[in-house]
Amino acid sequence: MTAQLTHVAAPPDKPSNTDKRRKGANRGRRSNLLTVVMWMSVLYFILPLIWLFMSSTKSNGDLFTTFGLWFGNDFNLFANIHDVFTYQDGIYLRWTLNTVLYSTVSAVGATVLATMAGYAFAKYKFPGDKLMFAIILGAIMIPLTALAIPTYLLFSSAHLTNTPWAVILPSLVSPFGVFLMRVYAADAVPDSLMEAARVDGAGEQRIFWRVSLRLLGPGMVTVMLFTLVATWNNYFLPLIMLNSGKLLPLTVGLAQQQATSAAGGGAQALFSTVITGAFLSILPLVVVFLYLQRFWQTGLATGGVKG
Amino acid sequence: MNNAIKRKQNLVAYGFVLPFFAVFATMFIAPLAYSGYLSFYAHKLVGGVSFVGLGNYVRAFQDPAFLFGLGRTALILLIQVPIMLGFALFFALALDSGRARGSKAARLLIFLPFAVPGVVAVLMWGYLYGQNFGLTGQISRALGLPPANFLSDSLILFSIMNIITWAFVGYNMIIMYAALKSIPPELYEAAEIDGAGQFRLAWSVKIPMIRPAILLTVIFSVIGSFQIFNEPKLLVEISPTGIPQGFTPNFYAFNLAFVNQDLNYAAAIAFLLGFVIMIVSYVVQLSMQKKEVQS
Repeated sequence: MTAQLTHVAAPPDKPSNTDKRRKGANRGRRSNLLTVVMWMSVLYFILPLIWLFMSSTKSNGDLFTTFGLWFGNDFNLFANIHDVFTYQDGIYLRWTLNTVLYSTVSAVGATVLATMAGYAFAKYKFPGDKLMFAIILGAIMIPLTALAIPTYLLFSSAHLTNTPWAVILPSLVSPFGVFLMRVYAADAVPDSLMEAARVDGAGEQRIFWRVSLRLLGPGMVTVMLFTLVATWNNYFLPLIMLNSGKLLPLTVGLAQQQATSAAGGGAQALFSTVITGAFLSILPLVVVFLYLQRFWQTGLATGGVKG
Repeated sequence: MNNAIKRKQNLVAYGFVLPFFAVFATMFIAPLAYSGYLSFYAHKLVGGVSFVGLGNYVRAFQDPAFLFGLGRTALILLIQVPIMLGFALFFALALDSGRARGSKAARLLIFLPFAVPGVVAVLMWGYLYGQNFGLTGQISRALGLPPANFLSDSLILFSIMNIITWAFVGYNMIIMYAALKSIPPELYEAAEIDGAGQFRLAWSVKIPMIRPAILLTVIFSVIGSFQIFNEPKLLVEISPTGIPQGFTPNFYAFNLAFVNQDLNYAAAIAFLLGFVIMIVSYVVQLSMQKKEVQS
């Protein structure tokens, strides 16, 4: 619809010698209507987050009595942050460190495994490669949460539940990561380069670590980022695997804190503390995404275009 | 290439694949197999655990709680997924046309909710939905409208659809946008010489060109829809009657395993869920490929 309207705003020129150049310039022409529609939609995505920020600056009383999208009567952000970090002897910091530990170890591990496997599928032909890759593709369809319950039972008989391993080990498997790295490696590492290295007498291992790995960088960052986010945001797995408060990641910790404050028990956390904790918890990922956007956007393009 | 070198290369390739497959076998295949095994047994009050064959699966297909959960998932697939992907496609095309001001900032801001953990998103929307104190209540009162109760039994499913849409439009948009960016510009020039407008260009050139990317987003959305868990788990406290035990199949499996302690039946539900997802994804893939052949 908007495209039609912009078309009306810029009527097609009569064919002439300058036609092609004019059309080229035409592509960059701005549309006011599209700009308005676009930014109205952006509000939908951004207003809840503005609410979250505003609410984290409010006292518990102001939270429910002042307008959600503006500051309250008192500016309580720093007092709230102080509350977040002192609640139950600073358990919030502990949760944050757990989240960082679980997600970085999982992301690095998953990326290494996926890169090696994806590279092998892209660059070598070996007996069984088609079947193995088909199994991995099929695994993308299996919901990880459907695996979580049997994994819990197996871990529980191996006495691994309620340890960091219970969250990290299942997160090391990223079938989609293997798929993405295979697609990426097929183009990023030219066969001619590998042949040249072979002629120079380099072994296959050496070619991978010294030559190919460098070219796989953007693909690896994408896989790492997405496994990082998946583990950082995971709720189901740590919820069933962990029960001691000191091992919880932020997601489960915050959800528990919210439940206790909603239930209104004795020494419960205030709503403002929960909301400020939630606000602080999203900052690291937002920063990582903004900082690494060049990488994940090209990496995603690979999966989307060739998938 | 001589045989010795070939054999050596095979060994190297297996070496690269092995670490992944070792973890894959223990963390993926083994639980899956175990789940399948468990699903054929049942824990009876008298006589303990016994083999029941497909009994748990028969039970699942006669269990209204499970079937209603599947029904809700079907509603999400039919209503929420098209809306979400439609918006994602619209934004991707709008950004790609370069006709809106501040496209780069808009792209990042639309994507931003994806970086918010699901738990935080649900928790936040839970506050926003509050009829008396929430933002939606405040806004409707300011407009002189009676505030709707988004957490009521009849609206909770739609409120959850809204949360998912909010969180994932940007992610899908980025996948489609990245695909659009990789279309060779010569194709546009050819279309423009033919006098095609922007709308026509999007419909006849851009959308067909990014079909693989769209297929990817559809498959991911199907998988995601069957796995919905965070929303019911976190909202059940503020909407206790709106969210029964079997609200979604995944939430049901969790409740069966950890609340009802019926592990065998939970395993059957989890196994069944994976099976349903594979079938639905396959059907989606097949039907979209068929369209491609036709066009």
